Amino acid sequence: MAHTHESNTKRIWFVFGLLSVITIVEVILGIAKPDALYMHDLFRLNLLNWIFIILTIVKAYYIMWAFMHLEGEKGSLRWSIVSPLVFLIIYLVFILLVEGNYIFDVFHQGYYKWIF
Amino acid sequence: MAATVTSTATTGKTWDGGNEPMGASYGKMMMWFFIVSDALTFSGFLAAYGFSRFKFIGTWPIADEVFTHFPFLHGKEAPMYYVALMTFILIFSSVTMVLAVDAGHKLQKTKVAIYMLLTIIGGFIFLGSQAWEWKNFIKGEFGAIESKGGSVLQFVDATTGKRVALADFAAHLPTERVNKLSSNGIWFESAPALPTYSVEEVAEGLKAHQNVVIRTEDITKDKKKTVLSREESLKKIDDFALVVEGANLQHNEYGHKLFADFFFFITGFHGFHVFSGVVINILIFLNVLAGTYEKRRSYEMVEKVGLYWHFVDLVWVFVFTFFYLV
Repeated sequence: MAHTHESNTKRIWFVFGLLSVITIVEVILGIAKPDALYMHDLFRLNLLNWIFIILTIVKAYYIMWAFMHLEGEKGSLRWSIVSPLVFLIIYLVFILLVEGNYIFDVFHQGYYKWIF
Repeated sequence: MAATVTSTATTGKTWDGGNEPMGASYGKMMMWFFIVSDALTFSGFLAAYGFSRFKFIGTWPIADEVFTHFPFLHGKEAPMYYVALMTFILIFSSVTMVLAVDAGHKLQKTKVAIYMLLTIIGGFIFLGSQAWEWKNFIKGEFGAIESKGGSVLQFVDATTGKRVALADFAAHLPTERVNKLSSNGIWFESAPALPTYSVEEVAEGLKAHQNVVIRTEDITKDKKKTVLSREESLKKIDDFALVVEGANLQHNEYGHKLFADFFFFITGFHGFHVFSGVVINILIFLNVLAGTYEKRRSYEMVEKVGLYWHFVDLVWVFVFTFFYLV
């Protein structure tokens, strides 16, 4: 295996510390739910949820780049993994959440109450 | 044939065979592509969860009211702490896995073995924790009533706003009803288990205890569940259909039926992946001890198995966010 044998342990412990800090921040915010974040929306999603989702993506980035060692792989392999995931997931989530929202509106404003 | 077979070594072109165009070995690349497909599977599940939740966003259960148990702290409400602990356990087992891979690069057999053992133990602790969460979820805590329309009505103390368990106020009405088992059933069939209290007992208890009111599923503008007044609560008694205690795939005391369904399905699928990851880790651990990779002069198998383990951790990070935090 063509790999440098210099120890990566420092980076590993740094990333562990970072992931732990991010998790602690997420949990504290999740329990406290400060009104300044929880009650205000940006693009119909409250700021607290924005923070959770962004922090989760940051955690995912560090796990994939440092722990799964994508930072040491070739760009073509990295893109072959990241681009299908990003494109397909964003597409699916967009369709389903817009649809779910629409159905909620139909249940509330229309006369359907159950099957739709 | 051999005279016409080409390879990158001879032609110099990247895709002419006998080469690693993406810089990774076959096994590692295939593990990555499997991870991509499995990640898309979980994304499908989580997207479906988002879809169902958005459909019923006005009545969906609030996670920190459901997941409040912590081991050895019986009766104390500890929202989110246990799930946070589970996240830490999995992250830590990911760290020990990465350290095992790192030791493998340096061909340090004993270190690899120790770190893999720690990863396996972490995996088992996570599985045990998840099983404990399921147990508490299935057993339920306060009990609730399902209305004729299918929505879940919970009970709170009017002054403190705190949840009140059915056990605290349900009346005890003498009844001759016996749960039919196949030994004393109508045609040797068992009836489903009866809940601890009947709807009448809960209704009588509600009428008798002046301080108990009903809390519906509807979420107000303050993002809290609607609490009815005493008069409205008494009027709701006509809507009582059945007593729900705990959770299964048909009913749950926390709110919408789909909430429990998705919880079991997604955490179950994830738990199954953790279990298979632990099994695979054990196999590779045994191989490490046996010296298989030492002989091969390469610990790449540990790295490949490490990728799967990190994938499992990654999925949990997303499940944790979308089930418990958001």
